[in-house]
Amino acid sequence: MIDINNKGNSSSDLREVTRALLQEHENVAPRTTVLSCLLEVQENLHYVPEEAIVEVAKYTGHSINDVWGVASFYTNFRFTPPPQHMVEVCWGPTCHLLGAMDVLVAIQSKLGLEGEGDVPDGVIGLKYNTCLGACSQGPVISVDEKITGAVTVETALSVLEETLNPS
Amino acid sequence: MTEAYKNLRSRADEIWADLHDPETVWVRIGTTICGRSINALGVVETFRAELARRGIKSVVSEVGCLGLCYAEPLVDIRTAGVGRVLLGPVDVDAVSGVVDNVIVNGNVNVPNVIGSFEKTIEGVPMMSEVPGWSNQHRIALRNVGQIDPGDSFQYIANEGYAALDVALSEKTPEEVLTEVRSSGLRGRGGAFFSTGTKWGFLVPSPGPEKYILCNCEEGDPGAYNDKGILEGDPNTVIEGLLLAGFATGASNGIIFIRHGHDGPISRTKEAIRQAYELGLVGKNILGTDYSFDIEVSLVGESYVSGEETALMEAVEGKTARPRSRPPFPAAVGVWGKPSNINNVKTLSYVPEIVRRGGEWFNDIGVNLSKGTAILCLSGHINRRGMYEVELGMTLQEVMDEIGGGVPGGRQIKMLQTGGPLGGLLSADKMDTVLDFEAMRAAGAILGSGGIIYGDDSTCAVDLTRLLIAFCQFESCGKCFPCRLGMTHLLDMIERIRGGEGQQEDLDLMRRYGESMQAGSLCGHGQLGFNPVQSAFRDFMGDFLVHINENRCPTGSCSQYAANPMRTRPGPEATAFITDPYLRN
Repeated sequence: MIDINNKGNSSSDLREVTRALLQEHENVAPRTTVLSCLLEVQENLHYVPEEAIVEVAKYTGHSINDVWGVASFYTNFRFTPPPQHMVEVCWGPTCHLLGAMDVLVAIQSKLGLEGEGDVPDGVIGLKYNTCLGACSQGPVISVDEKITGAVTVETALSVLEETLNPS
Repeated sequence: MTEAYKNLRSRADEIWADLHDPETVWVRIGTTICGRSINALGVVETFRAELARRGIKSVVSEVGCLGLCYAEPLVDIRTAGVGRVLLGPVDVDAVSGVVDNVIVNGNVNVPNVIGSFEKTIEGVPMMSEVPGWSNQHRIALRNVGQIDPGDSFQYIANEGYAALDVALSEKTPEEVLTEVRSSGLRGRGGAFFSTGTKWGFLVPSPGPEKYILCNCEEGDPGAYNDKGILEGDPNTVIEGLLLAGFATGASNGIIFIRHGHDGPISRTKEAIRQAYELGLVGKNILGTDYSFDIEVSLVGESYVSGEETALMEAVEGKTARPRSRPPFPAAVGVWGKPSNINNVKTLSYVPEIVRRGGEWFNDIGVNLSKGTAILCLSGHINRRGMYEVELGMTLQEVMDEIGGGVPGGRQIKMLQTGGPLGGLLSADKMDTVLDFEAMRAAGAILGSGGIIYGDDSTCAVDLTRLLIAFCQFESCGKCFPCRLGMTHLLDMIERIRGGEGQQEDLDLMRRYGESMQAGSLCGHGQLGFNPVQSAFRDFMGDFLVHINENRCPTGSCSQYAANPMRTRPGPEATAFITDPYLRN
């Protein structure tokens, strides 16, 4: 079985995990491409370690440069192990008009962050999003891929609090 | 009618009849992304538990969004006693009361009732009179919210795949193409190019491998109708693809969705799986000699990947950067094979056009814009949601009769239509009709159908900065007019927003904009100046107050000095690139 919780895994483990993921991907996908392989890795490991870049390059027959070019182009890939929790705040025009900045600033000050990024102890990270797709319920945030709509500063902070310190 | 379809239809009719059995209560709850964001899944769970606890024979289905998102979570209940009624918002705490009142006691006079679909009930409006619902004309959305997208038989029971059956058993590909041509259908992705003409380009291209791509990248903030259709009624898109493939002689269909939108992805994949199982996709469809394969392709986050040639690059697994044309996709498309790209909305009209005839569709709409517009209303508007209205309605009617006006007694100031590249439109142009040409003449685009309303507390400079920040971040970087132009535009508008702008900045921005329009490779750069240009045209006052008086007319710009701003590649990616492991 693939060990998804790979934080302590060594480089050779990561290579093996990636190879297994790609094998599994080939079995179910109608066709495989550099992008589909990278998405598969991101989906399962929640980041793309450099070992995976190399393995995807070997597997698809492309150069490391090519694979890296694709990986760095799409903004949903990350290259360092993810924090335990990830909060995304939408700053698209609808959410902006409905008060997304208040929510964003409140979350940033709670987490002690000034922009995007992870808090130093790796418990939680913040990411901007340009549209989470629930515009009719703006402002929208997403915590660990669960979307919450029609948030206010208070509800956003309580969702965050519940995530960090589940009651 | 093919034998295979006749069998499917009779099985589907049985399933449909079972759902309408007098002994069964059928509860439909909208659980697309808008509903899930306010815990519609919790409502589904509670309904199941409450009905089981009372021992009521029932089916609780997760359906697409009926579009009245302002009243979500929406609950649609059908019992033999009260007929079919719609309630909302029904949150988790209200479920028990609704079950007691509506299902057990047959009393629909509850505070959160919206209307009744079938029976006349004292004190409850008929749905055909409910504003925002009654004035819609639902063609592409005909099944969204009405059937369980997870059960293809429910689609078949509602005339689903009937058009495919007629096409395969009675029509030639040319006849199907003629119907689409005579319908006057135009692409709903934003360009409004004639669909029949576009398909016609692909017909003479040599086969056997030819592709029809269905674009559900939908990165436009403010629009979620493509995702709404795929999540609520994926089969109509599959049938549209099959008909497009039949008319053009294509062999494969690819539905292209942005990674991370799990609802549309899983529901589309499930619908494709079922369609293969039922012999509706794959080899020898419905027992005829027509074969067509459909797959889902995912793309990473990138706005430009919605552009047709960038989309083909992404399907091939590369970075989503546009190709230069010619060669056009109909000659050299994805994997170098002839291809045709259609938007989700465009394809979802096709089954009804083929089934009811091109003339029928041609009678709907106005001027050269035939059919309906699928609108997503959001921002400062009372009835936020997804609506399908006949083209030809004015923007004022859309705002008042569909959207229910601006909340809080405020005045409307601006509309942001057609996605970030569409720009701003001032409220005094509200008599513009929903028509591609009329919208363009007014200086806006209908685009993908998103309309974001801004009331009088909105500053045009602030919103324009946001749109430019989006466009700058999403520029793919392939051609320099867009890459550099967007960056400079953003620099200048940030300066103006921060109170450090000068009169000369306005002229400089215009000059940059003209170069971008003339020199960019794809629509992103060519239209990327639109937000600024339209804001200059309609809201120059806001800019001048910033420049001359060093203040923001509404105060929105002074509230926060720093705004979200991102660069590509992200900071993490830049750190990684210095790793000696990759340098060696």
